[in-house]
Amino acid sequence: MTTSLNVAALRQAFPVLNQFVYNKPLVYLDNAATTQKPYSVIKRVQQYYEHENCNIHRGVHYLSQQATESFENSRNYIAKLINAGHSHEIIFTRGTTESVNLVASSLGKLLMKQGDTVLITGMEHHSNLIPWQQLCHENGSQLLVARINDSGETDIEHFRQLLEQGPKIVAITHISNALGTINPVKEMIQLAHDFDIPVLVDGAQSIAHMQVDMQDLDCDFFVFSGHKVYAPMGVGVLYGKESWLEKMPPYQFGGEMVDQVSFERTTYNSLPFKFEAGTPNVGAVLGLETALRFVEKTGFDAIAAYENELLAYGHKQLRTIDGIRFIGQAAKKAAVISFLVGDIHPYDLGTLLDKMGIAVRTGHHCAQPVMDRFEIPGTVRASFALYNTFEEIDKLTEAVRRAATMLT
Amino acid sequence: MTIEAIQQQIIEEFSAFDDWMDKYNLLIEMGKDTPLIDGQYKTNNHLITGCQSRVWLHAEFRDGKIYFTADSDAVITKGIVNLLIRVFSGQTPQDIFAADLGYIDKIGLKEHLSPTRSNGLVSMIKQMKLYAQVYKLKMDN
Repeated sequence: MTTSLNVAALRQAFPVLNQFVYNKPLVYLDNAATTQKPYSVIKRVQQYYEHENCNIHRGVHYLSQQATESFENSRNYIAKLINAGHSHEIIFTRGTTESVNLVASSLGKLLMKQGDTVLITGMEHHSNLIPWQQLCHENGSQLLVARINDSGETDIEHFRQLLEQGPKIVAITHISNALGTINPVKEMIQLAHDFDIPVLVDGAQSIAHMQVDMQDLDCDFFVFSGHKVYAPMGVGVLYGKESWLEKMPPYQFGGEMVDQVSFERTTYNSLPFKFEAGTPNVGAVLGLETALRFVEKTGFDAIAAYENELLAYGHKQLRTIDGIRFIGQAAKKAAVISFLVGDIHPYDLGTLLDKMGIAVRTGHHCAQPVMDRFEIPGTVRASFALYNTFEEIDKLTEAVRRAATMLT
Repeated sequence: MTIEAIQQQIIEEFSAFDDWMDKYNLLIEMGKDTPLIDGQYKTNNHLITGCQSRVWLHAEFRDGKIYFTADSDAVITKGIVNLLIRVFSGQTPQDIFAADLGYIDKIGLKEHLSPTRSNGLVSMIKQMKLYAQVYKLKMDN
């Protein structure tokens, strides 16, 4: 194996990995659910609460100004990292789910009327499905769903046909959390833009695994969660093109997001504050910057190359198990392996793997329509991050083999 | 046999094994002895919610006692269901309702009792006790 990552050293940076569960060394393969946090991120949050904690944007005193500066520096850094046009195109939210809800609610108010449609794909996580579905229920519009094929890829021809029906908004996932499929989002965005339809990309699964460039993708909105990219929970990002964010009405109301307030009327603050009502999770935002700097320093290309090796090795090893089948065999796949063995229920397999110290996810992965599409109750999912090793994949393979023997 | 005595018997059966693997093997074997639910009851009405795997449970009241039948599409879950059925089936509503299920902890399956586990053991116990409560009320009236 050739890799430019020093994985042994990287692992040392993640305290959670260095522990035993049920007297077995922890093998953490549930990274699509959440990633572990390096010391640098933990220390950054700790330092904030030990030395810098203050409410931002409103104090005249030293601490408040320092905290405000750090917070805004994080915004500037993230804007540069993902190549946004302006730093005020970066809105801090609680996570992907809130980011999607914000756009569904606000852009929905701006663009959608009764009888209109929203276009998604058949592989969306519930968080990029239900907000749109509920929007449709509320205003009597309809959800269009682009089919996925047997390999778990979006049927682009069907996507194109549905675009011709004139949806007002397109919302698509960059990478499927359940299948690992990498959607050709750049092509899909271009297709939608040919019809002048704005596109939201759910980047929850891509942000930790590839460099994203807002100018190159040209998406109108891009959303992700901090906790899936080695950052604390409770913080996420909504990138939106300035032109859209300016036009969109506020999502939540309260402090921070206002300009002039009387009992009769309120004028709203400018971007990005218009969409950041209330006190933000400052410590988590600083932690997110630290996490993204860690990823950038490690190298997006090196991470992607290494995770591809893990994926290939995982497929190769797991394929030696009798009766295994992979759910999601897209030509372009992220480091996610969803599988079933014979008739074994994923819950049984997951329970025994857990007892062998291996953390995987079982079930529908918050993507029930995907499971329905493949007519299965769920899958066992192993998802990799930059700190996973080939030895861990060997352990997974042996554990699956052992569990399968017990269960058949 | 009383609920307490059956629990004691199960604790002894499990105590023969130290290794969790052997314990789970026993659990899987126990699942195979589950008194199976009649096909006509294997419907959504008899499905227990809160389980990642599906569990169907049916209760029948005969001569002052409740008899349970069940099924699950996951074999470990089925083993857990049968652990409960062995203890509860053929008991009076009063005894089921009042039963303390200390054996689950003693045989090392306490982690399955956490409400955050999605195997629905907690839901199963709740459902069985609910049946007991309903039949107890019927008897009292």
